[in-house]
Amino acid sequence: MADTMDAPKDASAGRRLLAWIDNRFPASRLWNEHLAQYYAPKNFNLWYYFGSLALVVLAIQIVTGIFLTMHYKPDAALAFASVEYIMRDVPWGWLVRYLHSTGASAFFIVVYLHMYRGLIYGSYRKPRELVWIFGCLIFLCLMAEAFFGYLLPWGQMSYWGAQVIVNLFAAIPFIGPDLALLIRGDYVVGDATLNRFFAFHVVAVPLALIGLVIAHIMALHEVGSNNPDGVEIKALPGDKTGVPRDGIAFHPYYTVHDIVGVAVFLFIFCAVVFFAPELGGYFLEYNNFIPANPLQTPAHIAPVWYFTPYYSMLRATTDPMVNVLAGAVVAGAVLAVWKGRSGIAGKAALAVGALVAVFLLKTFDAKFWGVVVMGAAVIVLFFLPWLDRSPVRSIRYRPGWHKAVYGLFVAFFLVLGYLGAQAPRPAGTLIAQIGTFVYFAFFLLMPWWSRLGEFKPVPERVTFAAHG
Amino acid sequence: MTEQPADPRRRTWVAIACGAGAVGTVAAAVPFVATFQPSERARAAGAPVEVDVGALKPGEKITVEWRGRPVWIVRRTPEQLASLSKHDAQLADPKSQRNPDELTPEYARNEYRSRKPELFVAVGICSHLGCSPVDRFQPGPQPSLPDDWQGGFLCPCHGSTFDMAGRVYQNKPAPTNLEVPPYTYLSDTRLLIGEDKA
Amino acid sequence: MKRLLIVLAAWLSLAGTARAADAAIAWDRFPVERITNLAALQNGARLFVNYCLNCHSAQYMRYNRMREIGLSEDQIREHLVFTSQKVGETMRVAIDPLQAKDWFGNTPPDLSVIARSRSAIGQGSGADYLYTFLRSFYRDDTKETGWNNLAFPNVGMPHVLWELQGQRSARFAEVPDPHAAGKTVQRWVGYEQIAPGTLPAHEYDLAVADLVAFLAWMAEPTQRDRVRLGVWVLLFLALCVVIAWRLNAAYWKDVH
Repeated sequence: MADTMDAPKDASAGRRLLAWIDNRFPASRLWNEHLAQYYAPKNFNLWYYFGSLALVVLAIQIVTGIFLTMHYKPDAALAFASVEYIMRDVPWGWLVRYLHSTGASAFFIVVYLHMYRGLIYGSYRKPRELVWIFGCLIFLCLMAEAFFGYLLPWGQMSYWGAQVIVNLFAAIPFIGPDLALLIRGDYVVGDATLNRFFAFHVVAVPLALIGLVIAHIMALHEVGSNNPDGVEIKALPGDKTGVPRDGIAFHPYYTVHDIVGVAVFLFIFCAVVFFAPELGGYFLEYNNFIPANPLQTPAHIAPVWYFTPYYSMLRATTDPMVNVLAGAVVAGAVLAVWKGRSGIAGKAALAVGALVAVFLLKTFDAKFWGVVVMGAAVIVLFFLPWLDRSPVRSIRYRPGWHKAVYGLFVAFFLVLGYLGAQAPRPAGTLIAQIGTFVYFAFFLLMPWWSRLGEFKPVPERVTFAAHG
Repeated sequence: MTEQPADPRRRTWVAIACGAGAVGTVAAAVPFVATFQPSERARAAGAPVEVDVGALKPGEKITVEWRGRPVWIVRRTPEQLASLSKHDAQLADPKSQRNPDELTPEYARNEYRSRKPELFVAVGICSHLGCSPVDRFQPGPQPSLPDDWQGGFLCPCHGSTFDMAGRVYQNKPAPTNLEVPPYTYLSDTRLLIGEDKA
Repeated sequence: MKRLLIVLAAWLSLAGTARAADAAIAWDRFPVERITNLAALQNGARLFVNYCLNCHSAQYMRYNRMREIGLSEDQIREHLVFTSQKVGETMRVAIDPLQAKDWFGNTPPDLSVIARSRSAIGQGSGADYLYTFLRSFYRDDTKETGWNNLAFPNVGMPHVLWELQGQRSARFAEVPDPHAAGKTVQRWVGYEQIAPGTLPAHEYDLAVADLVAFLAWMAEPTQRDRVRLGVWVLLFLALCVVIAWRLNAAYWKDVH
């Protein structure tokens, strides 16, 4: 139990109020531990803005979401009309709607860039594995939130996108159709689906997101932030105070620093909201201005842009691709048995596992494996802290050609995204298949390639040039 | 806080930033608060209602809906009009002085509480707890009414009574007279309920 | 599983249809500046209520919203509301959707947001499409309505504005199919005027431009306010960026 401490007799009213609160609630302690005396590395660069920006976007989505919920009707017969009601009849409703729709896309842009920072600077490595895992869970929740939210306007894309994705679950062997029925609450996507997706989107997933974000930040503060040089600043305490020599107090230095990021972000964000809210049909899809019609599929369905890379991988998993996958499994098993360091029992298990995998690959449809590939593409992220065996944390001190590998990964991710938005074509499918392989090879072969090459010496102190 | 001497430059910029932030926050809050206002749909539903009273005979009443509430239009007989000046002592607010801005528009601040004596327009909601009173135009003794009843309205919920100009009687639960809504004559036989000016 | 197959099959067949629709002509450019021309918008409103509102509804658009294009409520009530509706009500129509489906093959879609829904990435804006569509009708006696359209082949809608444009037929030529060797397709090469309309061609184009401008405005009536407000918002935010930058500098100059 904390010792109750009274403020000095001649203290101001504010000081005394604070003392009263502190004796009952750890206000000052939290302020110090997480802001005023939380020491972050002083060499954060541009890549370090996106965490706070993600928080800003979360706040924007929650506030605009609350105001939208005041007028939106989660009923299949009324939903589309209620969105137009918000756009036309509710004073300033159009602004709230555009802020929310732009915010959804902005959330993914910010989060992808935030994840990329983690990738290049090794922010997921020990002792920050849990920060990364909470982050991956946040990413999953974000995708779910976007998926549920997209059904709500009840346009053509809303309806058919939901129909297709729920049918993916139907592709799961044995339990699939029943599972899809359970998710939909009906035989096709309908009013029952809309109502439960509304409940998930407005209540369930936001609560989960908030909880995970708090856990994410707590885990981060427990071990301290990484930095572009990958140097542990806590290894170098300052003179007597115990403050890391390369650390600066988060407040006021990074609060003020992040305000610049927020201002620039809001500028770009508002430029889109006020001048191009549809953004060429990528932020607000044109087909979604047609009310949902269960009897007519639009000529060209594509998921919203932020799902397209994964969608691309799903579509690329055709029968020939499954054969290649089976070959890869066999090759991988051979390599593991030949070069692996596990005992006879381990190698036998590997061989049997590979045989079972190949059998399953050939038994179930390619469509099911497409779903598996798409899911695996996200799940593989969780394992990153254990796949990376590089002796250095940050890309700055890795061999130069590692940068090319990362570049290739990014390039193919973008290409996959582009292809996912297009109608399927033979040439495109081949490139998507190659891209899928590159994506998985980047991660699954990382234990091997991350150790190759000439690494540069990691400095003791962070590289920092005074500015301001 | 950091143990540094208060830097004037920091203070200046913090002050400026707080100022800009306050302006931005208020400017951003305005649209959100504005979404609480009645929407165009609510305004359209609350639009003025036109009523044709050409067929209304003396002693008859019709009811129209305006903004979700019943509005009565009564064509009063000469006897009913004559009775209005005779029982001021029994009324709680004979001159309609309570809440005049809400209940009695300027053109109704007269002994008939209407633009023209023959037609009485009022919102048919009792000023007590919101029930709709029933007609008791017949003068004389009746259940729940005094022996010298001149004609008017009786609220069935708690017994408040109103005369043919909607004025409430004393010693009844209802505190004020019936509300006269904004209305105007579009012609001798057509009223517009909901707007003062044509 | 079967459902997924059916859905995928539907996609693929529709992808084929999309290719056939590729045989539809490229879209002309709609003159965008007309959307800011109040006289054009008012003329478009007049054309809309006279020609379109008989079969199509605009159920999210209130009549009195047209105050924003410079019309008074009295003008709207006298010239643009043909039913007993009040000026604050929405533009619904009396046509029975089942009858409409019977006559035209499909229920005429609501036009409130048609200019937003018809945009297509890589092809043009919805206004481009509508501008092209309303100027691409031609006589076709193989169709029930007697009309066909180059921008929307086999459309169920007749040429409502035929009195203004007159009647035209379309000429086609057989050319080699670029997608299948050895086959030919019909390619449109021009129109032939069969009977004149009350408007010469360029005036008809202007009238259609006015109508499409109105449709584009109606799809998002707040678009002009949005852009105007946006200028101020961005100016303020640019100032905020500068303030934030200097505030940041005031603290970081002490970090070495």
